[in-house]
Amino acid sequence: MTYTVQIKVMPLKELLDPQGKAVMGGLENLGLSGVEDVRIGKNITLQVNADSPDKAKQIAEEASKKLLANPVMEYFEVSVN
Amino acid sequence: MKFGVVVFPGSNCDRDMYDALSYDLGQEVSMLWHKDKDLSKFSTEDCIILPGGFSYGDYLRCGAIARFSPMMQSVIEFANEGGKVFGVCNGFQILCESHLLPGGLLRNANQQFICKNVFITNETEKIYKIPVAHGEGRYYADEDTLNELEANGQILFYYCDEKGNKTEASNPNGATRNIAGICNANRNVFGMMPHPERACSPVLGNTDGQEIIRTMLMERQLVL
Repeated sequence: MTYTVQIKVMPLKELLDPQGKAVMGGLENLGLSGVEDVRIGKNITLQVNADSPDKAKQIAEEASKKLLANPVMEYFEVSVN
Repeated sequence: MKFGVVVFPGSNCDRDMYDALSYDLGQEVSMLWHKDKDLSKFSTEDCIILPGGFSYGDYLRCGAIARFSPMMQSVIEFANEGGKVFGVCNGFQILCESHLLPGGLLRNANQQFICKNVFITNETEKIYKIPVAHGEGRYYADEDTLNELEANGQILFYYCDEKGNKTEASNPNGATRNIAGICNANRNVFGMMPHPERACSPVLGNTDGQEIIRTMLMERQLVL
């Protein structure tokens, strides 16, 4: 059957995220208080045809390792719905 | 030797590179279409160039999709056989994504697309004025990789000021250790963010790029 797989790709925690920093500045200008940090990544949705949720997850993980995320600068989390 | 310039959808410095090599440096150059695979007319003495631009619209990550194009499979093979491969700007990003060079290029620290002349220097302490034009040029690699690059003399260029000082102010994009260009351990794959091909014609008022291309790729002075 077809599984919907969500992949969250985020910049590595130790790296500066200029996009998040700029948005943080925007939130401050908005007058919102309490937001201490912003980091921005990507959410990728795959429709995967596989025999089981585990198999679908495995395919998505391979896709993430090989193309969707670059481990030099990003980490990813895969979840199957 | 002869040169091949790969044309990806979204490349926009391919013609600049062709003109610099052909008219300003008098070299034999041909264009290579990304969907082709044939590099049989090139020997390891020759050089394949990945030009600047926005291959595949910079979708996903800069250079990530170009890496899987048919021509890149041949270029990776060519590099592994010892052929010379040179990537400028988006070409540098593609080389990192292809794992032909270590590390990666991140969004500029100041979040801006930067298009201006910068100064770069190398181990010989020669200073060149070369234009940069990129939004994702902040070189990054982990500490171990950086130490290895430095120990092996694989860092080809550092951003510097007019006098050659590698200062924070002279680093346009926040690159780690002011790194502007590197090569692989075998010294046949080169990548840099600044555009030497845009500084080759006397009409443009700056020919520093000619010396970079000549010494790095043709005379291999930077390549020990």
